Amino acid sequence: MGNELYRIEDFFTINATRPGDAQSIMSASPVGGVITTTIDNLANWGRKSSLWPALFGLACCAIEMMATGGARFDMARFGSEVFRASPRQADLMIVAGRVSAKMAPAVRQIYEQMPGPKWVIAMGACASCGGVFNNYAIVQGVDMIVPVDVYVAGCPPNPEALLEGIQILQKKIMAGVPNPPDPMNYAPEVVRDPNFGRTR
Amino acid sequence: MEDLALKDSWLQEDGDKEDENNILDPEIVDQAESPDKELMTINMGPQHPSTHGVLRLVVTLSGESVVKCIPDIGYLHTGIEKTAENKTYNQALTLTDRTDYLNPLINNLGFSLAVERLLGIEKQVPQKAQVARVILTELQRISSHLVWLGTHAMDLGALSTFLYGMREREIILDIFEKCAGVRMMTSYIMPGGLYADLPSGFDTDVRNFLAIFKKKWPEYHTLLTNSELWFERTKGIGALTAQEAISYGVTGPILRACGVKYDIRKMFPYIGYETYDFEVPLGKTGDVYDRFMVRMLEVPQSIRIIEQALDKLPEGDWMINDPKIAPPKKWQIATNMESLIHHFKLFTEGYKPPAGEVYSRVESARGELAYYMVSDGSNKPYRMHIRAPSFANLQSMPLMLEGRSNFADIVSAIGSIDIILGEVDR
Amino acid sequence: MTPTSDEPANPVQNQESALEAERFPNVTRSEMRAADGTPTFIVPADELLNVLQHLRDEARFTMLEDVTAVDWKKEPRFQLVYNLLSLERASVIRIKVTLPGENPTIASVTALFPGANWYEREVFDLFGITFTGHPDLRRIEMPDDWQGHPLRKDYPITGTRRPVMPANQFRPVGRSNS
Repeated sequence: MGNELYRIEDFFTINATRPGDAQSIMSASPVGGVITTTIDNLANWGRKSSLWPALFGLACCAIEMMATGGARFDMARFGSEVFRASPRQADLMIVAGRVSAKMAPAVRQIYEQMPGPKWVIAMGACASCGGVFNNYAIVQGVDMIVPVDVYVAGCPPNPEALLEGIQILQKKIMAGVPNPPDPMNYAPEVVRDPNFGRTR
Repeated sequence: MEDLALKDSWLQEDGDKEDENNILDPEIVDQAESPDKELMTINMGPQHPSTHGVLRLVVTLSGESVVKCIPDIGYLHTGIEKTAENKTYNQALTLTDRTDYLNPLINNLGFSLAVERLLGIEKQVPQKAQVARVILTELQRISSHLVWLGTHAMDLGALSTFLYGMREREIILDIFEKCAGVRMMTSYIMPGGLYADLPSGFDTDVRNFLAIFKKKWPEYHTLLTNSELWFERTKGIGALTAQEAISYGVTGPILRACGVKYDIRKMFPYIGYETYDFEVPLGKTGDVYDRFMVRMLEVPQSIRIIEQALDKLPEGDWMINDPKIAPPKKWQIATNMESLIHHFKLFTEGYKPPAGEVYSRVESARGELAYYMVSDGSNKPYRMHIRAPSFANLQSMPLMLEGRSNFADIVSAIGSIDIILGEVDR
Repeated sequence: MTPTSDEPANPVQNQESALEAERFPNVTRSEMRAADGTPTFIVPADELLNVLQHLRDEARFTMLEDVTAVDWKKEPRFQLVYNLLSLERASVIRIKVTLPGENPTIASVTALFPGANWYEREVFDLFGITFTGHPDLRRIEMPDDWQGHPLRKDYPITGTRRPVMPANQFRPVGRSNS
């Protein structure tokens, strides 16, 4: 057991090479004892414990995201104390809702405005894969535009499901798993024109 | 950009227009210069905490006051109308939840009424289904108003109202989850009746909720209704005259706040609303405060309707008995050949309403929600058009604001219109 | 005071025929079954403004509830549908205009009903019907540089910008796995 047989980064990212491919949740759990220094551990602990989401509620999932911030499900106890309105002050973008053709450049711009380290949760079926809407207007999965770390299924996902997604992300951060590759780096024509990358 | 420290125009009273505009907000997209006024055009949204969704406003300001305010929509266009043309009627029902996602049951009701009228089965929907529809619709209206209140107040600074609203709404969503298995996108009200029987204990659950809610509702009034700060932000802001509202097709609480009594539950009753005793609150001036009060006063009326309906809720079938339209009970499919065939036909092909058109209107929490459906005799809707109340209401927003408001009033006005971008853009 | 034939289950309470045959001889009753009982009239395109003005001012149908279009695939292809409501009389009426051709034009009614502004923009965006006299006719739901009109029946549901591939050759666009 150890990390001398393979590179840890490859193990977690080998599946997330094309837009539209889901990164397996199984690969998000730390395997084989990732050895990092104490400072890295401390930094990762700090990052995961105070993930501040950027307000990016688009559609119905936004209402469930608001319910998650409400009193019964209370996201604040997991560190998401405030939803920052400005993306420049946030480190987590929860894409909650369907991304339409007109909105896609705005999603990309908001993602680029966030300073690193940053993570993206695709909340709901529409953000993960286009959801109920397989048509001309909806981008089939927001991972065509931004690199997604965690996908939360549901239409809309229960607030408990979103909390589980946030906790999986926190495990990922604690383990030091890097972000998936950015689609702008390897398929920029898809990011600029998301419908072009459709395979179905 | 030029070096800011060396600007002389900072100190001049009527300095260079383009320089002053340059040093301000980096989100300036356009600069409109006029010879006598300094106008600044800024862009609000589509990602903005106060726009209640992905709405983009292009606002032209002269100082702090709003000169022009142009909404730009389409950022949530989902092609629901086109998608519905490729789905059977019961499949298209699930799409309707997602238009106005704060009251999905009322969307389902509008769609179900349209299809029932096309099929001609409107009179045969059983009484239990009709009464249950009323209860669910009014519960949905209460939950929608709670979210409206929470987000509207949160935009204007009253953060705790949001948490109060979410607290009560969770109880309503628990009731929906018991009925349909889903908190929000229930698709529970189907053409023909309800999707499944009401759960056991439904009556007790709703009565418990009402008991809790009636104690908690006055708390909302103590938070905002007589607050001096609330008056400052809402009284006299965004007023609309009745004439303007009617000419723009505005409906719902906005129109009622202007003093026009147009409530579809009273004027064109459906699912038995004529048998319930309730009032329709009206406003006077049509400003943000009146809209707030109209919605606040609608909630006790909804409670009244629910109580009357609970007393009327009979036993019986929840769906019509026509096997060509209603799926058979699950236990029959295993034993009865005809039920199996009907089930198969209904879920692969679906029912085929005779050719015709219908325009069915219901009173949603935002106004008149109507479904214009055209059937050509096949199993898929030929055309499904959703007349969304927020589409017309949002059109009237420039009227409310231009020329007589400050920038901060835009936020009040948007909150008071209670828009849902899902139904504006469909 | 002629009631409509076939009273449906929930009749909308309108008994008057607001459009007298003598005054508007070219306006005909629609033959399509109106399952909600609304009187529906087919109006020629050039008389639309006159008819709507009469309805708004004399018959008191002051609220234009909805403007939409239907694409019948055969000629004449498009049909505009206007739904009007009279608050004072609690009655409704539906006006239809049939438009032939691929990219028809018709007069805009925003002068009579300012609320038709966005509705006509939406019909223009999604169907391609041009409204003359509209103050600001541009796309409203789709991006400004979109090609095509999505709600037409010949527009595919998945859009026209998708790479077309034969079904037996799955070759995804974008970076391959190596």
